[in-house]
Amino acid sequence: MALQSLDIARRSATTTPAPSIRETTAVAKLIDVSTCIGCKACQAACMEWNDIRDEVGTCTGVYDNPIDLTAKSWTVMRYAEVEEQGKLEWLIRKDGCMHCADPGCLKACPSPGAIIQYSNGIVDFHQENCIGCGYCIPACPFNVPRISKADNKAYKCSLCSDRVAVGQAPACVKACPTGALQFGSKEQMKDYADKRIGDLKSRGFEQAGLYDPQGVGGTHVMYVLQHADRPELYSKLPNNPSISPLVALWKGFAKPLASLTMAAVALGSLFHFVSKGPNEVSQELEDEIAKEDAK
Amino acid sequence: MIRNPKDLQRYTAPERTNHWVVGISFILLALSGLAFFHPAFWPLTMLFGGGVWTRILHPFIGVLMAVAFVSMFLRFRALNVMQPADKEWLSRAKEMVSGNDHNMPEQGKYNGGQKMMFWMLSICVLLMTISGVVLWRAYFGFPAELVRLGAVIHAAIGAFMIGIVMVHVYAAIWVRGTIRAMVYGTVTRAWAKQHHRAWYRQVTGK
Ligand code: HEM
Ligand code: SF4
Ligand code: SF4
Repeated sequence: MALQSLDIARRSATTTPAPSIRETTAVAKLIDVSTCIGCKACQAACMEWNDIRDEVGTCTGVYDNPIDLTAKSWTVMRYAEVEEQGKLEWLIRKDGCMHCADPGCLKACPSPGAIIQYSNGIVDFHQENCIGCGYCIPACPFNVPRISKADNKAYKCSLCSDRVAVGQAPACVKACPTGALQFGSKEQMKDYADKRIGDLKSRGFEQAGLYDPQGVGGTHVMYVLQHADRPELYSKLPNNPSISPLVALWKGFAKPLASLTMAAVALGSLFHFVSKGPNEVSQELEDEIAKEDAK
Repeated sequence: MIRNPKDLQRYTAPERTNHWVVGISFILLALSGLAFFHPAFWPLTMLFGGGVWTRILHPFIGVLMAVAFVSMFLRFRALNVMQPADKEWLSRAKEMVSGNDHNMPEQGKYNGGQKMMFWMLSICVLLMTISGVVLWRAYFGFPAELVRLGAVIHAAIGAFMIGIVMVHVYAAIWVRGTIRAMVYGTVTRAWAKQHHRAWYRQVTGK
């Protein structure tokens, strides 16, 4: 982690510039849903490289297993069966962190350095700085971070930042047998996606397109979708995701303003005191009471 | 040693203890809560043993304050019902703030400003408790939308409450002879006659 300390774009709860003299190329992972066969090799590779083994769960009657992301399952395949023009389509989406260019999680995190965005676009959680408050969870438009019950730290896909730092592709990409997962510069991935989209269109998927949602500034994990006009078909992939206005309000300009107001009340009190003086009991009343007592 | 046996009893020992439990827990809550509020306040986590301890402790102190506040609310509620005289006092609060309170309307045990403070703080504590529980990730898992709303409410009301509590504390410092009411429970008769004349007449029969 410290290896990459010189190419950081943003750091949670930090108001001064991050170490950023080095610029790295923006990277991206492309997930081509149309060529994914749902084999879960990527899920297995993720466990293996990151050395995490989720608890063995129970069968829920569907292919999704585990049924949701957890602190130990950073990517899961979601299987949706939808009927399009009288034909069954099995839309299999690899879910996980999207590595947003404008990450809600990082914006919300109150702990300095618990969430880092490298200049290559990867959003990484540094658990040693995480306090377990859970602010990142409601701030993520994709419902990705999970807090571990074991250590109360937040975990999610790191896009194998450790591998990428030394010029390797993420483990999931290495393992994918069909080429549904690709990794490279964001530009390259967009070009590659264009080819895939052209191919899909030629085969009758008129609405095929790239999912690189601009509401979060674009993402460093992108999907090629057959039905890009309806991302919600893919196990509720959000259409037009953005950081919730409530989160923007909570983390926006209001806070510095409120902090200044609190400081102004404190200072205002002090200056009230030094300009008006204390509100003493009047000598007149003191004397009056003393006289009553003397009687 | 009692300074003067004729001093007036304003608060009993249980009332004072109750108030101090609320006051100390409030200060701890404000310091620990501000640490999460904005990075400028992050160093305050050092007072509680670091970020993780601050996150763990804050909600428990909150529960303590909420319980102590309910008890205080029940003790003082009846004395804080707004009366017509309070409205008049409030409409002329400017004179008071400007430092000359000699012509202010006669006040009972609490003046209009104190009563306003009582009801505002009661509502704030209610909102802070509800929104605080919604934010309490270690033990609760409320839906994201609710947590987002809870966070906004908790942060906004928290800042507001810190502001009005500073006013509350300052008022006690500014009006000389008031702090002792919360420390040893008594005030001088002159103090009572000047600031709460109706109450003075009620307790002295004069
Ligand atoms: C009454 C019961 C209360 C409960 C259960 C509660 C709970 C919480 C929780 C769970 C958090 C999130 C951080 C964490 O997990 O520790 C939090 C944050 C906070 N609390 Fe409280 N709290 C309470 C009262 C208060 C009070 C009275 C204040 C005001 C002084 C306060 C000020 C704050 C602030 C400023 C934050 C940070 C909000 C932000 O990050 O924007 N809390 N509280
Ligand atoms: S749980 Fe950890 S990573 Fe998430 S917001 Fe809190 S400190 Fe940051
Ligand atoms: S998908 Fe969620 S966790 Fe991942 S970078 Fe975006 S906001 Fe953060």
